[in-house]
Amino acid sequence: MTHTIPLRLALGLALPFAVLAGIATAESHADKAGMAAMKARQAHMSLYAYNLGQLGGMAKEQMPYDAQAAGAAASNLAALARLDQQGYWPEGTAHGEMEGSDALPEIWTSMEDFDAKSEALVQAADTLEAQAGTDLAGLQSAMGDVGKACGACHKLYRKSDD
Amino acid sequence: MGPMLRWALAFAAVLGLAAWFLTAPGRITAAELSQFEPDVEHGERIFLAAGCASCHTAPEGTQRGNGTDGPGGTGPVLAGGQRFVSDFGTFLAPNISSDETHGIGAWSDAALVTAIMEGTSPDGAHYYPVFPYAAYGLAERGDIVDLVAYMRTLPASDVPSQPHEVSFPFTLRRGIGLWKLAFRQTDWAVPGPLSEPAERGRYLAEALGHCAECHTPRNSAGGLRFSEWLAGAPVPDGPGRVPGITPALLDWSQADIAYYLETGLTPDYDSAGGHMVAVIDKLSQLPQEDRDALASYLVELPGR
Ligand code: HEC
Ligand code: HEC
Repeated sequence: MTHTIPLRLALGLALPFAVLAGIATAESHADKAGMAAMKARQAHMSLYAYNLGQLGGMAKEQMPYDAQAAGAAASNLAALARLDQQGYWPEGTAHGEMEGSDALPEIWTSMEDFDAKSEALVQAADTLEAQAGTDLAGLQSAMGDVGKACGACHKLYRKSDD
Repeated sequence: MGPMLRWALAFAAVLGLAAWFLTAPGRITAAELSQFEPDVEHGERIFLAAGCASCHTAPEGTQRGNGTDGPGGTGPVLAGGQRFVSDFGTFLAPNISSDETHGIGAWSDAALVTAIMEGTSPDGAHYYPVFPYAAYGLAERGDIVDLVAYMRTLPASDVPSQPHEVSFPFTLRRGIGLWKLAFRQTDWAVPGPLSEPAERGRYLAEALGHCAECHTPRNSAGGLRFSEWLAGAPVPDGPGRVPGITPALLDWSQADIAYYLETGLTPDYDSAGGHMVAVIDKLSQLPQEDRDALASYLVELPGR
């Protein structure tokens, strides 16, 4: 009983620090989680680009058309577009909030439209998958629509840069 | 009044009068257009290359019908309403659909060609240079006559044009006459010599496609810096930059550039974003030879 007051005092003093420290760790957790999400979505974009590159070389006739390879790359692209990506976009990872991010804040105020645009990529990638292994003309025409689907999202939601 | 003062006043009056005449809005008359036979189909090609719909369709998400292609695929509805942010205020693109009351349906061909190539309104006021008439003024008149004939085939919209959000002194349109005198492009920025396809590309880029409006930096009065032609500039309405596209700044092959203008895909298979997307949307509908011509122009630009 004699040390009740000092104990309370100690607790009273310590609690705010503990809470502050807790917030600080929570924040750095959020930071880390945000950074990981940003890296993951950027890596996902690289996988799109890699597979599109296989197809683009053929579409531009810089590489001979190979139906099997074209079909495989297009299937990869379609599978990638289908992956659930909701975890990629946590709050606090927009351009201006996180270093290295080109994602415009409009994403978070227009999530519905943003999702519709990802869905449009799924559609375009499906068409590409259906056509890429058929013949060169099919591949070439379907590439244009994939480019459009990428652009429709980048138009509103990605920062332009040199 | 002493003779000196009288002299000074007379001098000032002459100067003022000269300035008034020099800043008088230019016009093109019906007689000057009578030699041209309008070709609607060719007009669509000019309209696409000039990117009119990029600015004059309603803002994304507010279009009626199926977006830029209008209800039933009848071509874009040029209802206006997009906002253009600048250092001088915010400009709102007007309705230029075929509606007789709210659009240009009741304008004569000469009034339209005058607006597009001289930047002068039917009642004799200067337009703000955010409307890229300085570029269009370099076009062939016959091409603009074709474009006007095509515009008349597009659907009507009864959405009224919105006023600009600019404040004094930029509300004084007469002052734009001085701007035109000082900064309006009157000849090719890249004199050449260029190959034949690059010359066609120059026509598409400098007169119709107004690439420089975004890709060339501006001086403090909003005039293009011709010495830094296509060298890149800040994005006016958001973060980021419009990249430079001279050979020194863009090391893509001619085929890569033409493919980007068709699909938006870069040589690294990233995709175009921002304001370039609307441009590619139009260029992708042009014949391949036009994209090839634009690409030749870019690779032959000086500043390697
Ligand atoms: C309305 C503004 C605007 C106009 C007009 C415009 N551009 Fe662009 N352009 C951009 C922006 C913004 C980018 C960056 C795209 C991005 O964010 O991926 C760009 C990118 C490019 C690129 C790719 C450069 C790179 O490094 O990625 C090329 C090539 C290009 N434009 C050519 C042209 C040509 C040719 C014209 C004229 C026919 C033109 N642009 C007209 C805004 C414009
Ligand atoms: C960069 C955006 C942009 C592009 C591209 C553009 N315009 Fe405009 N246009 C404007 C703006 C902004 C105005 C308003 C100018 C003003 O009030 O001074 C305007 C005004 C006009 C007007 C006058 C309308 C009126 O009610 O007085 C006409 C006609 C017109 N544009 C036609 C065209 C045509 C045809 C093209 C293509 C050849 C075109 N514009 C391309 C932005 C643009």
